[in-house]
Amino acid sequence: MSSSIESLVNREYQYGFVTDIEADTIPPGLTEDVVRLISAKKGEPVWLLDWRLKAYRRWLTMKEPHWPNVSYQPIDYQSQSYYSAPKSVTPLQSLDEVDPELLRTYEKLGIPLNEQKFLSGVAVDAIFDSVSVGTTMKKELGELGIVFCSLGEAVREHPELVRKYLGSVVPYSDNFFAALNSAVFSEGSFVYIPKGVRCPMELSTYFRINAEGTGQFERTLIVADEGSYVSYLEGCTAPKRSTSQLHAAVVELIALKDATIKYSTVQNWYAGDKDGKGGIYNFVTKRGKCAGANSKISWTQVETGSAITWKYPSVILQGDNSTGEFYSVAVVNNRQQADTGTKMIHIGRNTKSNIVSKGISAGHGQNSYRGQVKVLPKAVNARNYTQCDSMLVGNACGAHTFPYIEVGNNTATVEHEASTSKIGEDQIFYLKQRGLSAEQAVSMIVSGFCKEVFKELPMEFALEAQQLLGITLEGSVG
Amino acid sequence: MLEIKDLHATVGDKEILRGITLSVEPGSVHAVMGPNGSGKSTLAQVLAGHPAYQVTGGTVTYDGEDLLAMDPEVRAQKGIFLAFQYPVEIPGVSNAYFLRAAYNEIRKAHGDEEMDPMSFADLMDEKMKLVEMDDSMLTRSVNMGFSGGEKKRNEILQMAVLEPRLAILDETDSGLDIDALRIVANGVNTLKRPTNAVIVVTHYQRLLNYIVPDFVHVLAGGRIVRSGGKELALELEARGYDWLLEGAVA
Ligand SMILES: Nc1ncnc2c1ncn2[C@@H]1O[C@H](COP(=O)(O)OP(=O)(O)O)[C@@H](O)[C@H]1O
Ligand SMILES: [Mg+2]
Repeated sequence: MSSSIESLVNREYQYGFVTDIEADTIPPGLTEDVVRLISAKKGEPVWLLDWRLKAYRRWLTMKEPHWPNVSYQPIDYQSQSYYSAPKSVTPLQSLDEVDPELLRTYEKLGIPLNEQKFLSGVAVDAIFDSVSVGTTMKKELGELGIVFCSLGEAVREHPELVRKYLGSVVPYSDNFFAALNSAVFSEGSFVYIPKGVRCPMELSTYFRINAEGTGQFERTLIVADEGSYVSYLEGCTAPKRSTSQLHAAVVELIALKDATIKYSTVQNWYAGDKDGKGGIYNFVTKRGKCAGANSKISWTQVETGSAITWKYPSVILQGDNSTGEFYSVAVVNNRQQADTGTKMIHIGRNTKSNIVSKGISAGHGQNSYRGQVKVLPKAVNARNYTQCDSMLVGNACGAHTFPYIEVGNNTATVEHEASTSKIGEDQIFYLKQRGLSAEQAVSMIVSGFCKEVFKELPMEFALEAQQLLGITLEGSVG
Repeated sequence: MLEIKDLHATVGDKEILRGITLSVEPGSVHAVMGPNGSGKSTLAQVLAGHPAYQVTGGTVTYDGEDLLAMDPEVRAQKGIFLAFQYPVEIPGVSNAYFLRAAYNEIRKAHGDEEMDPMSFADLMDEKMKLVEMDDSMLTRSVNMGFSGGEKKRNEILQMAVLEPRLAILDETDSGLDIDALRIVANGVNTLKRPTNAVIVVTHYQRLLNYIVPDFVHVLAGGRIVRSGGKELALELEARGYDWLLEGAVA
């Protein structure tokens, strides 16, 4: 590829600003006392503290996983803080009480929390460092019996639901980062959709890391009761900082009989600078359980940010005739590394899974798809289709595919297709010859490549995702 | 409108254009002919600004401006259109979306408002008729799975929509049957204006029965070895190229 590729100037990360706000931050370090302190600050019941402590003790016996195809400086778990909250937030009765500085932050991020101004048809829970600063549209949702609030609030208001489902899909012992999260998780969103209710609007959580030297450990729990439907979207940004920050979240989804959960992520954490300095380490455990028959869980992710991404949104297909889907676009540029994919565990009869992964690598980025399809002996007539496409922009980047297929029932059908292509100078030239700029050309080619995934996103966000992709890749092609 | 003077160009370290001089006036049709490998596509690509080709000597001015200093998209915005010999496939991008983006980009460059999707659809209806193309071509990805003839027709559709001032057709006729050839020629002829010009690169004189050139140039070994009127094309048809090549290839 000629030298004209790699010649555009990088556009700066737009969300890299810092909000100057007084914060209540626990000093760095992690001990049993810190776990107790977090729990106390949140006024939690004993059962939850006990759960955290069990997780903490388990974590102490575990080792950070090094099987992903990423490399980074060792993380010093004692040098960061595990809790930071803007002082002005607690206690909060309504959005009118939110600190104006925080409201301005969200306005700047394009997420106005002011209800009147907000996009109709979307309810938002905004999480700033370790706490939720406000949830919109609560009243409208409440009338349908839908619970959409911070996890902390859910622990207080709906303890029986939280206690029943927390850790039921991702147990605290699941993996190193899940154990860490279970010990110190500070905030996250909780959703409960009652039987037979179709949630009339998109539910959305917006995560913002602000404080320096703190990790973010949110935890999201979504329960869709029988015959219900919900579409949920999470977005994420963080300031530009020269030191890396750890983000170890857990998301658990439970779909009961005939329920559908659609979970979409547009991840745009700060990715570090051109030389790989700073950026978020995104080590996330996301898993859904199709617990009932005919249930469906669909993950759609657009991953453009983070210095390192380690993330495998998975579905346990327990109910008969249940369906799991995974649609993913992962983009790496500069020194970004992503090891992402999915796991589909077929347990029930006639279970179906569909995987579409689009990896784009530019600059010195390294992109790995890691996908597991496991068909257990009882999963009669299980079907999986996996399509895994990689696109390379330039010569210094890499794309890797690691499929793991285990079939324990001979009535199963498992198909895997993979391709690797290069964005061609000829394609870019063709579009430029028709009047488009290099940026537009790349963005068009890449959007075309990602089309099957974008069409799974809610309308408003498909456009945003497309733009993000363009911005992330700017500077990689000329 | 286009003045090419002593143009030299290389690809890698191979010199392909070795001193081309050509003047194109508004309202005129020029045919560039010549054997395979003589540099016809190279000339077309250099005029459009393909980065794989380095201009090593000479000048090209377009409406008095230095064409070679312009980015390819600027050339396009100023009305230069190249119908590619090998049109490129863009998976996942619909033909209609691509065309509207291009059309609006060119409008914006002229300080005009973008055209809304409804009006654009009307415009497309009209242009599709001109090239006798089926609506389904609009929803398909750009050139993906198009037959050779469909690709060429798609180039002409783009030309019809973008209405360039200077269109360069690089072997748009090769691989076309008579019907397709007539459609392509019809598309070109409909666009003829006193202010526009066309350079038709072709191997065969066949197309020139439909698009009648004012000038015919023969390219060989990276140089124009003969120029004449439309009768030169007929002579080439009858005698081949060999009689012109002696001494042309250094
Ligand atoms: N991108 C390229 N890389 C290497 N050689 C090229 C390239 N483009 C053209 N050439 C060479 O330049 C010469 C002229 O090619 P071209 O301009 O395509 O001729 P024509 O269109 O007249 O058939 C040929 O020898 C061809 O192999
Ligand atoms: Mg040619």
